[in-house]
Amino acid sequence: MSGSTLGLYRPGTTVLHRLPAGVKLGGLLAAGVGSIWTRDPLTTSALLAVGVTGLAVARVPAGVVLRQLRPLLVLAAVLAIFHVVVSGPERAYVVVGVLLALVLLATVVTLTTRTTALVDVVVRVAGPLRHVGLDVERLGLLLALGVRSVPVVIGLAEEVRDAQRARGLAASPTAFAVPLVVRSLRHADRVGEALAARGLDD
Amino acid sequence: MRPDRRRSRSRDLALIATFAGLMAALGLVPALAPFGGAVPITAQSMGAMLAGAVLGPRLGAASITLFLGLVALGLPLLAGGRGGLGVFAGPSVGYLVGWVVGAFVVGLLTWATCRGRYRLAPGLLANLVGGIVVLYLIGIPGVAWRADLSLTAAATGALTFIPGDVVKAVLAALIARGVHAAYPGLLPRARETRVKEQTPA
Repeated sequence: MSGSTLGLYRPGTTVLHRLPAGVKLGGLLAAGVGSIWTRDPLTTSALLAVGVTGLAVARVPAGVVLRQLRPLLVLAAVLAIFHVVVSGPERAYVVVGVLLALVLLATVVTLTTRTTALVDVVVRVAGPLRHVGLDVERLGLLLALGVRSVPVVIGLAEEVRDAQRARGLAASPTAFAVPLVVRSLRHADRVGEALAARGLDD
Repeated sequence: MRPDRRRSRSRDLALIATFAGLMAALGLVPALAPFGGAVPITAQSMGAMLAGAVLGPRLGAASITLFLGLVALGLPLLAGGRGGLGVFAGPSVGYLVGWVVGAFVVGLLTWATCRGRYRLAPGLLANLVGGIVVLYLIGIPGVAWRADLSLTAAATGALTFIPGDVVKAVLAALIARGVHAAYPGLLPRARETRVKEQTPA
C-alpha cells in the first residue's frame, strides 16, 4: 500500500497504535468541540498534558513531531506575545495552549493510524449518507484513486521538467505548468477509460 | 469527436483524483515563507484557482475537497510536507476551506463567461474574485477564530499575501488559457451547439 511509504503514519505496537481508528477520531472530535468552551488555564493545562502524554505513549520521535509543528510554533510565539500585550498572560496561555494541544492530539492520531484505517472509518461514517444520494463505494474508490494519483502526477512533473531542460528552455511558470496540466488531463482520460472498461459507468 | 467521454462518471472520478494529485505536485514547488513559514506562500493556492478554471465549478471543488481529504488522512501533501488532522486544528483552516469554495466560484465565473473558448480577461477576473476575494472572506475569519484575534488584526496580517496572490491569479489565467487551447472540450460549448450538454444515454 503506497500509504505506508507516502503517509505520515509511524508503525508501532503501542496502545495508541492498537486503538481502533474510529475511537481515536471520536476522541479528537470530542476534544475539538470541548476546546470551544475552554476559557481557564487549568483545563488548558489538562488538554496540553493529554496531548504530550499521547506523544509519549505513542513513542513518536520528537524530530518527527517538531517537523510537523515547526510552522505552527513560530506563529504560536507571535500570537503569545500579541495576547500577552493586548489581553494579559492568562488569556495568552489559554489561546496558545488550546491551539497547541489540539494540533498535538491531531498529530498523535495521524502518526499512529494507518491511512487505510482512516479511509475505512470515513467510508463507514459516510454510510448513512447513501440515503441522501451519496455513492459510498465510489467515495472509497475516489480516495484510493487520489492516493495513487499523487506519485503519478509528481512523476509527470519530473518528466516535463526534464523535457524542458533537454530543450534548454528557461524556467518559466507557464512553460512548466501548461504541459504538466495537459499531461495530467490525458492521464485522467486513460484512467477514466480503464474505469469505464471495468464497468463503473454501468 | 467522442462526446460520450465528456460526461462519463468514470472520467469525472479520474479528473477529480488527478487534479488532487496535481495539487500535491504544486506543493513541491519551492515556497516563499515569510513569518518563519507560519503561513507559507505556495503554488498550491494557484492550484485551487487552476482546478476551477480548468475543470469548472463542480469537478474543481471536488478535486480540492479530495486533496484536503488526503491531507486529513495523513498524507504530507501541503507545501513544506505538512499534513494530517493537525492542520485542520490550526489557524489556516479557513484558507483550506476557502480553496474549495474559491475553486467553485472560479469555475462558476469561468464557465459563465468563457463559452467555447477561454478568454483571458474574464478568466483573470474569475481568479481574482474566487481565488482572492472569496478565499480571504473565509480565511480571515478562520484566523481570527483559531488565533483569537480581531477581524481587523487578522485582515491586516492577510494584506501581506495579496501581491503574491495577484501574481498567482495572473499566472493561473495564463496557464488555463494554454491548457484550454491545447486540450479543448472542457469548457461549455458556445450557444449554437448546446445539444452537447445533454448526458448520453
